[in-house]
Amino acid sequence: MKKALLALMFLGATIALQAAPPEMPRFRFENFTTAEGLPDNHVFAVLVDGRRVWAGTENGLGLYENGKWKTYTTADGLAHRAVLTLALDKRTGDVWAGTMGGLSRVSGGRIDSFTQLNSGLSNNVVYGVSVEGENVWVATAAGGCRYNTSTGQWSLYNERNTPMAEIWTYGVSATPTKVYYAVWGSGVLEYDQKTQRWDKYDDPDGENEIVLYKDQGLIHEIVTSVSYVDGILWAATYFGDSRYDGRYWHNFLTKDSGLPSNFTNQVRGLDANRAWFCTDKGLAYYDGANWAIYRSSLQDGKPEMTVRDAAGAVTAVTVSTAPAHNYILGVDLQGEDIWVATAKGLSHGMREPGGANLHGITHISHGGNRK
Amino acid sequence: MRLFFAILAVALMVSTAEHLRPVRAAAGEEPAGAEREGYASPLELLLSPDGARLYVLCQQSGDVRVLESASGKTLRRVAVGREPRGFALSPSGDRLFVANSWDDTVSVVDTKGLGVTATWKVAAEPSSVVVDRAGSQIFVANRIGGDVAVLDAATGEERKRLVAGDGASYLAISAGGNRLYATHIYPNLGMHRTPPESEVTVIDANAGRVVERLPLHSVAGAFHIAQSGDGRLTVVAHVQPKNLVPLAHVEHGWAFQNSITVFGEDVGRTVEVPLDELDRYFAYPFGVAIAPDKSRIYVTHAGSDCVTVVDVPRMLRFIHGHPGSFAQDLSASANYVAARIAVGKNPRGVALSRDGRRLFVANRLDDTISVIDTPTNRVVATFALDGPRTVTALRRGEQTFYTAKYAFQGQFGCSSCHLDSTLDRLTWDLEPDGMGVDIVDNRLLEDLRGTEPFKWNGGNPDIPTECGMRTEKYFWRSENYDSRTLADLAMYVRSIPLRPNRWRMANGELTPAQERGKAIFERAADKFGKPIPEGNRCVSCHSGPKGTSQKSFDVGTGKATDRSGLLDTPQLINIALTAPYLHDGSARTLEEIWTVFNPKDRHGRTNDLAKDELNDLVEYLRTR
Repeated sequence: MKKALLALMFLGATIALQAAPPEMPRFRFENFTTAEGLPDNHVFAVLVDGRRVWAGTENGLGLYENGKWKTYTTADGLAHRAVLTLALDKRTGDVWAGTMGGLSRVSGGRIDSFTQLNSGLSNNVVYGVSVEGENVWVATAAGGCRYNTSTGQWSLYNERNTPMAEIWTYGVSATPTKVYYAVWGSGVLEYDQKTQRWDKYDDPDGENEIVLYKDQGLIHEIVTSVSYVDGILWAATYFGDSRYDGRYWHNFLTKDSGLPSNFTNQVRGLDANRAWFCTDKGLAYYDGANWAIYRSSLQDGKPEMTVRDAAGAVTAVTVSTAPAHNYILGVDLQGEDIWVATAKGLSHGMREPGGANLHGITHISHGGNRK
Repeated sequence: MRLFFAILAVALMVSTAEHLRPVRAAAGEEPAGAEREGYASPLELLLSPDGARLYVLCQQSGDVRVLESASGKTLRRVAVGREPRGFALSPSGDRLFVANSWDDTVSVVDTKGLGVTATWKVAAEPSSVVVDRAGSQIFVANRIGGDVAVLDAATGEERKRLVAGDGASYLAISAGGNRLYATHIYPNLGMHRTPPESEVTVIDANAGRVVERLPLHSVAGAFHIAQSGDGRLTVVAHVQPKNLVPLAHVEHGWAFQNSITVFGEDVGRTVEVPLDELDRYFAYPFGVAIAPDKSRIYVTHAGSDCVTVVDVPRMLRFIHGHPGSFAQDLSASANYVAARIAVGKNPRGVALSRDGRRLFVANRLDDTISVIDTPTNRVVATFALDGPRTVTALRRGEQTFYTAKYAFQGQFGCSSCHLDSTLDRLTWDLEPDGMGVDIVDNRLLEDLRGTEPFKWNGGNPDIPTECGMRTEKYFWRSENYDSRTLADLAMYVRSIPLRPNRWRMANGELTPAQERGKAIFERAADKFGKPIPEGNRCVSCHSGPKGTSQKSFDVGTGKATDRSGLLDTPQLINIALTAPYLHDGSARTLEEIWTVFNPKDRHGRTNDLAKDELNDLVEYLRTR
């Protein structure tokens, strides 16, 4: 009798689990294009600063404030019209914009630009930027840079003073303890702020660019984005993503996770367990066990949200909106809302009831790639 | 007004009488160190909350004098750091914070015990300080960094630095305490030969963020700023240099314009209000105060030894009646200037009593405080600060350097371009040889001994030649210096000391990057092992302790507008402070000297260098 009861209970629980997929955050997306005042529909980066939202586009830097867009261009001092990456100095409110023609600082409406000609910046093509204290860390097409805003000193990092095999740095994530660079074709570089020493993470066998046995190490050498938070490194590549806790690696691939595509433009860690993944086939959220994907259906183009639980069961959630395009380049949080940079517009994901809070996370310094 | 001209006439007579005295100091005579040390040189003033005490910040003696405001009697001298430039009282008046511009410190003075209780290390060349209304934060304007630091008022710990204008120097907090305004003495770095641009940096004092930058078009050199008690009117004193046209039109007023800019609800927009007159100029507007009832604005003119009194209601009526700009209309001032009050030499900071009836003016170069009765606009007392009564040759030279009286209509003086005896970071067209010929960048005057000849073409072998007839003829277009005045002036210019280098480590050693840069500076072979001809090594031309061989060369940086290809080798001392670079200021940064203006390696062999190596060279040069 007891056994039968237990069996019934187990069956009931299984049915209940199947019937109730995990609660994942749901959003109603409002999309902005040039029709609404966005400088350009090709949005490489998005940055939230309180009620202000900055959009790095192919044709200028947009600022959305009080329901209106303002555009900053080269006429305002911007280093180049194509803004690839954005970072906020939370202490001062200054915004650092990496462009195809240098690095710009937007401060109280004034733009000062640093280029490879007028400053110590190593290269004008700036893919990533991250602010840590008084230092601005920059990822460029010719290595990394650190600009000390107090002393004005530039320190350059390249193949001559780091274990960087390639100097095409694609993203940077700087914190008071560690700084990580995503290097295109050369894995992840790690800088220890205390010891001032560099270390490097490559694919484990060092020969095939990609990890041969899952979870042995960094999944691929072509790293596009890094995000370091709560002592955890999240690394994105065009061939899958990785999480590293200082001892163990965990790899994410479409075949064995909820990742919608291995081609990941940016990863944004929220904490040790949760992260957002910006891929060429939609936006994904991972809560440490379950996945949610936000996109337009690859079949019929209709708005779609799917949830994949820890066991691999996938459930569709009825939604009426989706990000502006499935090619996602960046994401940032505004309380419980998200803002999403896509290849065809900027999307504001307004949080709807249900699911665990996104808010209250430790704010992190993150860096991403833009291409 | 009549009184002003009467005093001016007396001053002129005294000046003429001085011309008749025997010349005692020869050009180039060494200044006695004690002469520099002895003077007080009052720069800024503050009144205690009850008005009983007058605090006097003395730049040269490095102390704060505490005076009875009624009598001028000195109660105490509190020694602070070197070259203090700005100070502020806590809201309760119990602490005084002093920015020591040469020590990079803030002295905290207990106003009860009248002693220094703490000295905080701050950023480079702190020049002004204000305290927030809660007394929990202090803000420090740093001239070298061009920023405003936010410090914990209890511990002095720096929380952050906010980007302000280049040469950030003066601060004021709004009447409500929620906004902080910062001005700066150098124009923000712009494109070559474009009008200078400055700003008033507006900071949210609570959030510690820059929220706005009010543009000051064509302005280079903005000084004190003040806001009315009701918060509806803000005033900033500044100069507008006419550096894009040849300085051959002094007689047409094309040298400097002296103005205030006003903004706020009373004004409704940002308006430049000229203070000059059609035939008389009032140089170097510096200190500003607004009467408590907002009836008057007081502006000191450090180059004209007077205070301008602006009638605010008349000014506002004029502004509202003239919706366009009248910044260039020198007849405008007759509509709102109520008085010009003659005071001492080089008047700087001001303090206004709480009832607005007494205005105290710090006369930096005669060690006095003028006390003005504001209802009558008359100087009713002059407090003499303790110190030497003899006016030394060096002191006379400094007075000559800072006065505008030698220029036609009193338009400008040496210090109009060499602000605080440094530079203005502008390029000028000095010669009366036509538009746009021989454009020259202003050069630093510090520690000039051993850097002769002068001028970018090396045409002036010594300072008397540089400062003498040529200046009189081409700059002042007015009266000549007598021989003693010229000797005094030359002595002062030669005595201008070198500010401490902020990039060199305290122990004199170089950082690894600086060491690498030094090796590049001194190298005899390029990276490929090919010998660099001696004449093309950095160290050959920029030789010696000051980085100049004192010879002229053609290093390929000449422009079509230059009359000569040969250029004097500039000294390298404190080169980090002297942007823009090259003889015509075309290189905005040190990097651009080589990345833009050295394509053929004629200005030293540098095109073999990688970017990080060039950065090392720059790091080393900053230590010079």
